[in-house]
Amino acid sequence: MPHDHSDHPHALLPSDPALRVKALETILTRKGLIDPAALDEIVDTYQNKIGPQNGAQVVARAWSDPKFRASLLADATAAVRDLGYFGRQGEHMVVVENTPDLHNMVVCTLCSCYPWPLLGIPPAWYKSDAYRARVVREPRKVLADFGVTLSEKTAVRVWDSTAEVRYLVIPMRPAGTEGLDVDALAALVTRDSMIGTALVQAPT
Amino acid sequence: MSDCPTVSAPDPVFLQPWHAQVFALTVSLNESGCFTWSDWVTRFSAVLAQHGVDRELDGGDDYFNAWLATLELILAEDGVAPALEVNRLRDDWERAYLETPHGAVVRLDTP
Repeated sequence: MPHDHSDHPHALLPSDPALRVKALETILTRKGLIDPAALDEIVDTYQNKIGPQNGAQVVARAWSDPKFRASLLADATAAVRDLGYFGRQGEHMVVVENTPDLHNMVVCTLCSCYPWPLLGIPPAWYKSDAYRARVVREPRKVLADFGVTLSEKTAVRVWDSTAEVRYLVIPMRPAGTEGLDVDALAALVTRDSMIGTALVQAPT
Repeated sequence: MSDCPTVSAPDPVFLQPWHAQVFALTVSLNESGCFTWSDWVTRFSAVLAQHGVDRELDGGDDYFNAWLATLELILAEDGVAPALEVNRLRDDWERAYLETPHGAVVRLDTP
């Protein structure tokens, strides 16, 4: 029920888990095991600096530069490192390429492993039991929930990410984008298309 | 003007501030060598599976509740943050919120 916050005589009480996190933070700070400024830096990095725009650059480059595409398919971790994308949870990245015959999807069935340097932090649906359990069992139904219908002739392959290997999907380049440069192409590439739950649409 | 977010508005990276805080705590402890990321993933996967036995977990509060439970478990086992100490400080924070006038910065008294 809506209520008037000005009536609160005291500061708004955080939820129980929020209080528990504050307790841990206090203990660890007092013991010198963490630096609150470093925590702010980590949050800022993933909220504002690292996200799917990185992966979109990689995809657009792969579409535009056959040599880069070849090096990406051969050793993605090294190829994206050369573009400046490396760091936490990016130790071993593998790209899988969509073709008219094969559509790739990525999941982490055990938790939520994900290529942070390329896509940032995964969305809530990627972390949900519903997606993690269903995508392996019924990938086409999951795709339908995302509004994607593939040709019956297109096979679907689901890749299970782990702490050791993290996958990025190279979606198919839409028709009608021949004249676009890397930045214009990158602007078309969505996060979901790099997880495999969306297709890249041509500009309208 | 509508208050509804536009369709193109990006999803927030973290749905709640405490999701971001517990995430950052964990990343920071991993980097300072408290545990390896594979150890973290193993422990976290087990807690997620356990929490998900009776019901389907969402990727928001359910997910980060399991994340927090995992971190509490590891830090209690290591003796870094025993459960009793966590509970006491949790209650101290609660009291601090209840005793701080609305609008003022909530602080914890030094023990």
